[in-house]
Amino acid sequence: MTLLAHEAGVARVIADDPWITLGPDETLDETLDEASDVIVPLEGLDRVRPVARGRVGLRVPGDADADAVAARLGGVDLVQIELPRFTDGRAYTLARLLREKHGFRGELRASGAVLPDQLHYLARCGFDSFELADGGSVEDALAVFSDLSQSYQPAADGARPAWRRRRPVS
Amino acid sequence: MYTYDAFDQRMVEERAAQFRAQVVRRLDGRLTEDAFKPLRLQNGLYMQLHAYMMRVAIPYGLLSSDQVRRLARIARDYDRGYVHFTTRQNVQLNWPRLEDVPAILDELAEVQMHAIQTSGNCIRNITSDPFAGAAADEIADPRPYAEILRQWSTFHPEFAFLPRKFKFAVTGAREDRAAIAVHDVGIRVVEGEGGAIGFAFYVGGGQGRTPILAPCIRPFVPERDLVSYAEAVLRTYNRLGRRDNKYKARIKILVKQTGAEAFARLVEEEHARIKDGPLALTDEDLEPFKRAFRPPPHAVMPAEDPPELVAARLAKDRAFAHWERHNVSPHRVPGYANVSLSLKSRDLPPGDVTSEQLDAVAELADRYAFGRVVVTHRQNLVLTDVARRDLPALHGALAKLGVATPNVGKLTDVVCCPGLDYCNLANARSINVAQDLLARFEDLSALHDLGDMHLNISGCINACGHHHVGHVGILGIDKQGTEHYQLMLGGSSGDEASLGRILGRALTGDEIGGAVERVVVAYLQLRESPQEPFLATYRRLGPAPFKEAVYDAVGA
Ligand code: SF4
Repeated sequence: MTLLAHEAGVARVIADDPWITLGPDETLDETLDEASDVIVPLEGLDRVRPVARGRVGLRVPGDADADAVAARLGGVDLVQIELPRFTDGRAYTLARLLREKHGFRGELRASGAVLPDQLHYLARCGFDSFELADGGSVEDALAVFSDLSQSYQPAADGARPAWRRRRPVS
Repeated sequence: MYTYDAFDQRMVEERAAQFRAQVVRRLDGRLTEDAFKPLRLQNGLYMQLHAYMMRVAIPYGLLSSDQVRRLARIARDYDRGYVHFTTRQNVQLNWPRLEDVPAILDELAEVQMHAIQTSGNCIRNITSDPFAGAAADEIADPRPYAEILRQWSTFHPEFAFLPRKFKFAVTGAREDRAAIAVHDVGIRVVEGEGGAIGFAFYVGGGQGRTPILAPCIRPFVPERDLVSYAEAVLRTYNRLGRRDNKYKARIKILVKQTGAEAFARLVEEEHARIKDGPLALTDEDLEPFKRAFRPPPHAVMPAEDPPELVAARLAKDRAFAHWERHNVSPHRVPGYANVSLSLKSRDLPPGDVTSEQLDAVAELADRYAFGRVVVTHRQNLVLTDVARRDLPALHGALAKLGVATPNVGKLTDVVCCPGLDYCNLANARSINVAQDLLARFEDLSALHDLGDMHLNISGCINACGHHHVGHVGILGIDKQGTEHYQLMLGGSSGDEASLGRILGRALTGDEIGGAVERVVVAYLQLRESPQEPFLATYRRLGPAPFKEAVYDAVGA
């Protein structure tokens, strides 16, 4: 698994990811420093958040309801959305709703069925980082990220609609 | 006509380059067929029975003569010298090689065309009234709105992996020639208070396995909210549409299971949140789109028929008279007409056109129709804006090309999907049924007497031939491994849209042609007057007499 992030329309590899992922039954103990940044599933959130001294991330499935997720975002710095299949596009809407409806400003991370050719659309919907699925070529992912240099419609990236951008701003 | 600016041009060029690289990765094995599939599908490339099939988008069916010439050239250079026009106003190449597809995309990009989102579970090409901008019964030209929706939906990052494909149709006329009731979203331009333009949104119609006529979920969406309302509908669908069963994944199932009113409330809630955001359209946003579709420079013509036309009629040229009656429709400007070119003859499968014919049609469009050609959802072509005085000359030229069969809207103007000859989903052949019917009803005078009678054929339940909305619909099914056909009657995609009903047991390939003939004979005996069209007779009497006529002969 390789972690990628993007900035100013360019994707890059993240070598030193501070986040540690916890399973549903794991909790912070001696083996894990309480100051670590941990990503926990929804079921573990109430158990881990009170004791964590590092940052807390929340992992949700791509079909989670945005309003329900938003209700749990207090003190959460990262939301990891897991795509069950790359053909399941709900994660894109979930990300936009968390950003644009609920104003989530922390990191949005895509994991699960994340393929190189999807990163561009995911980024436009508000994702900051991507765990590339095994088998996907990192080189390809970096290369194709910038295939399209412009877009017609606004999304979570604040792009202006092309039909307005093409006119000089008065 | 909308022409690309540098921004649009760059978009299609970047897409062509992107797809070229994807093909390279596929050919050298970096992309598996599984991973390549959704990418090629978003670019209109299907794997068919014999080869790849490539679908090229024709937004709202409108082509310039240069685009027509380019399609002719592509078909000649990369395919077998003909193209196929589809029921969604698109065009298909049946035999391109994967290696050639990038070059074809480059050729298309040069004339402002592309294959973006012509397949896959995304927003597809937006269709419209073939007489848009030229119809006598138009409230407003729908094409500026279709174009702005095209731009909004192109590479929409959120809606590339919907539960299922998604089709829009937009009409601006009083008579619905865009079949908006059987689309995922059908949009009808309406006039509100004080003449303000707005849109009625019909959501959740469709054909296929579960045909449903779309309910109107909002009768008046203001002009400024066109795009934001569409986005609210799509977001609601992407969030809640079913993904567990591909046969229940279209928005029609969601709307039906949620209930139209409850669905409308969900859309309203989302729309209230976004309607004043960046998608709200201003007059300045809309103006360039409206300007792009201003009518061509029509001449001022006298109201009475021009002498050329009168002379042609006086010459008792029956072919011309039939053609004028059936293939020529009224135009909003006096002295002009809209001319339909029939792509239904015995020479080629329905909707197929050769490169030579395309080149010739492009010439005629330049000479007589301001260089524009429109593709219709009944798989014909239309030249809008033809001066009536040119009709006799144009008729002569079209007859030579074999596209003047005076059967537009008649029984032999068969709408037909490619069926088992090309399509790997098909249960039965469809083209041969269409050609059998063309042969049976070759005596055109009998046909003229029939009035409007639409016949639609699909090779399987996916209904690409729109059999549910044919006045007479034929569906290919597989019965114990042999081709059979279900006959249905009473469908319509027009103003009072309705879905056809199955008449009786499925018929064999040998029986189906004769069965249609017996329906026709029964209709001729049953109609109250020659003015009563088939659909009206059927609606008055129901299926019983037709059922009797068909199954008494072949056995129930
Ligand atoms: S209706 Fe069926 S056979 Fe015909 S083109 Fe569509 S999928 Fe193929």
